[in-house]
Amino acid sequence: MSGYQPSLFDGADTAGDQAVVRFAGDFAGWQRAARRHLAAAVPPEAIWWQPAPVSFEAESDAAAARASERPGTIRVPKRFVELARAAACHSAPDRWALLYRLLWRLTHGERHLLSLAGDSDVATVSGYAKAVRRDVHKMKAFVRFRAVDEAGYETPRYVAWFEPSHDIVAYAAGFFVRRFANMRWSILTPERSVHWEGEGTPWFSPGADRAQAPGEDPLEMAWQTYYESIFNPARVKWSAMRSEMPVKYWKNMPEAQLIPKLVAGADRRVATMEAARRDTDTLHCGPRPASPAAVTEAAAEAYPAFSLERLAARAALCRNCALCGPATQTVFGEGPVDARLMIVGEQPGDREDLAGRPFVGPAGQLLDRALAEAGIDRQEIYLTNAVKHFKFTPRGKQRLHAKPDYDEVRACRPWLEAELGHVNPATVITLGATAARALLTREIAVTRERGRPIAWHGRTLWPTVHPSHLLRAGETNGPGYARFVADLARAATE
Amino acid sequence: MNTIDKLAILADAAKYDASCASSGTSRRSSRDGRGVGSSEGSGICHAYAPDGRCISLLKILMTNFCIYECSYCINRNSSNVTRARFTAREIVDLTLDFYKRNYIEGLFLSSGVIQSADYTMGQLVEVARCLRVDHDFRGYIHLKTIPDADGQLLADAGRYADRLSINVELPTRIALADLAPEKDHRTIKLSMARIRAKSDEHAEARRAARRVTNQRPKSADLGRFAPAGQSTQMIIGAEPSTDADILNTSAELYSSYRLKRVYFSAFSPIPDSSSRLPSQRTSLVREHRLYQSDWLMRFYGYAPHEITAGADDTPADGMLDLDIDPKLAWALRNRAYFPVDLNRDDRERLLRVPGLGVKSVNRVLAIRRWQKVRLDDLVAMKAGVTKAMPFIVCAGHRAGAGELASPALRARFAPPTAAQQTFDF
Repeated sequence: MSGYQPSLFDGADTAGDQAVVRFAGDFAGWQRAARRHLAAAVPPEAIWWQPAPVSFEAESDAAAARASERPGTIRVPKRFVELARAAACHSAPDRWALLYRLLWRLTHGERHLLSLAGDSDVATVSGYAKAVRRDVHKMKAFVRFRAVDEAGYETPRYVAWFEPSHDIVAYAAGFFVRRFANMRWSILTPERSVHWEGEGTPWFSPGADRAQAPGEDPLEMAWQTYYESIFNPARVKWSAMRSEMPVKYWKNMPEAQLIPKLVAGADRRVATMEAARRDTDTLHCGPRPASPAAVTEAAAEAYPAFSLERLAARAALCRNCALCGPATQTVFGEGPVDARLMIVGEQPGDREDLAGRPFVGPAGQLLDRALAEAGIDRQEIYLTNAVKHFKFTPRGKQRLHAKPDYDEVRACRPWLEAELGHVNPATVITLGATAARALLTREIAVTRERGRPIAWHGRTLWPTVHPSHLLRAGETNGPGYARFVADLARAATE
Repeated sequence: MNTIDKLAILADAAKYDASCASSGTSRRSSRDGRGVGSSEGSGICHAYAPDGRCISLLKILMTNFCIYECSYCINRNSSNVTRARFTAREIVDLTLDFYKRNYIEGLFLSSGVIQSADYTMGQLVEVARCLRVDHDFRGYIHLKTIPDADGQLLADAGRYADRLSINVELPTRIALADLAPEKDHRTIKLSMARIRAKSDEHAEARRAARRVTNQRPKSADLGRFAPAGQSTQMIIGAEPSTDADILNTSAELYSSYRLKRVYFSAFSPIPDSSSRLPSQRTSLVREHRLYQSDWLMRFYGYAPHEITAGADDTPADGMLDLDIDPKLAWALRNRAYFPVDLNRDDRERLLRVPGLGVKSVNRVLAIRRWQKVRLDDLVAMKAGVTKAMPFIVCAGHRAGAGELASPALRARFAPPTAAQQTFDF
């Protein structure tokens, strides 16, 4: 790179007691100079950084130059390179000295320096990088292309005029390449311009004049219409808009020309709307559909009276307790109506609540495995729960199971009794304390009473543990699990 | 009617949807494609309207004809507004033309319900398909999902869209039944549950593929399902639900359906509005406090009841303090929790300090691995030092016990009431 003169090594320039380092005034140029001086152990206070203009041909293959360089022996945190790359675009003249000072400190016993957000060098460089990133972000946001016909092409070229606050065109160019890779475009700015021909690499040219950019694009009328229509006059927030879209950008944004008019008319539009409330029953778009509840009820009525299907459809609309509020849906029992064995759990869990079917979550899968080992065919039994809605406590993006209380169990009991009445099983297995209690209407100690039949209203009731208990205890294979399988097998055969 | 006239009507009809987010989707560029578009994680607001809202997407309705009669909606069946309908081609062309000029990040397409839920949803999906498949469009697509629409349509919607959303509309079941008779929370939640179940399925397939190949699978190989997740919106202040109702419903929805966002839209008057609605618009401050509370729940570990509890955590009227932010309000109600020691206390406690955001807390934790945290560090990192000072201990600073207990502490942060204001005469 021609702009670079390693002054310390030819001893040409000094400024006071500082050596003047001339370098190509961009990140790559500074990086090369900084590597040399760091390797020669030149301390920050001994250097006067003197950037030279970057030549545009050089910049276009800066990436190629970077790739061909030997990897250095200087190790710095990755975050420093990211910060430095951004801060190098800042317009502050002291940025080069600041970056070298940081580099020096990072490599002289303060490797953790960037963790110290309160350090004044770190705070300054972070501030520079933040200002540059904001400028880049605004460039990505506020560049407005105008389509112009280009001789020899069927598609237009898209040309924009933009005025950034910092020297960010090269830094931001990649974004436009990735986004508009299959278009031909140019972004003209006062300092330098960038162009893309639909393939290859972007090329740069010197700064341009606003007059070189196209003056209009017919599509801007559509865009202005959109801007005008999407604005809600009842929520004018003048300062919020100006802090996000500073006035300095407005002159190059076609939609911003409408702002004064929109703001001036807002209050009047709102007052008109607020005054003009009325009742009307004239429909303009045809007949209204039935309500979802009416649809569900009608579907329930379509099933034969006293059928399990009608019962399930009616349960879908149950509001006997407050659990229907947070839960997604009623999870009714499932299985053949002539099943000889019914298994009653506590309540649906997260997965059951989403799927609308009992025992499909982790506990259900464990139950499936246990049933298979106990020689029971899931297709031949009736599976249900004491409570038909999932009770939970929200915790971020998870739902934590909450134990249903007595009133909720009691509110759901009519459904359970109706299921028992329809299926009329000889044997009922209850999983866990809640299910046992729902049927026996007394507290029972499952661990003591499990594995023994209880005569109950002409049926045999076998209490055992809930599979979720085995999951929590980590007993998915050991003796606890084996005992659960034995409980199931015994209840099914005796 | 020409396209621009339709645009005026169908953008006006869409503006009550607060969301314009274009962030958090899969990273992609058009370099290996034939169309336009990219997304790099964070969204971009291409303009701001004078209402302070970001304009990131072309947010329009396919049509504002609607057979539903939702009192709060400008497009309800009985509303005397001009009706219009875009063709799929018009929407596709507008999206691509706007995108190529760098006006937008993509499309947010919603619609009034015409004929049936399935028919409407099918039309929306066709627009997304045309953009993605016919034009290889790699920008952002947000599709509004019509509750009750068929499962295959939903799967297709998830394949083409980055985000799906279904508006829960109002915070309580009863309010919704009252104001929107054709909608109900049950069917809305069933649709949200289907979306979450599909997302879970895809995430599981991806994990399984990774277990086999030990590599990050290409999303193209597995198909995709709404990589930017699902969101919803509630209208605030159109009926008497409290802030506590709103936050509880939000917490339930976040946890149940893994929503990316719950948006709040302060009720504002619409043309030809129903007399069943309040005549006055809802305070934008209330909406702002709800968003702050939403942030506290999602990033700071607050439970909804902590945010809306009254003094000394007694039950209150369930409304947020409009004068001070909810984090400061919690701190003032729970002074025994403080002071928090910046050099000793854990992250969870640091996050409760008013004036310290997640970023500042992370920086404090990074500093204290190497040296003591000083008040000057907070100043240098531009944290909310004035707000934090009464609640913290750090090197060179100790909150006075008297100050923390002082009844005057609240007055320092709350704007003076009209009676306390003095004027130069």
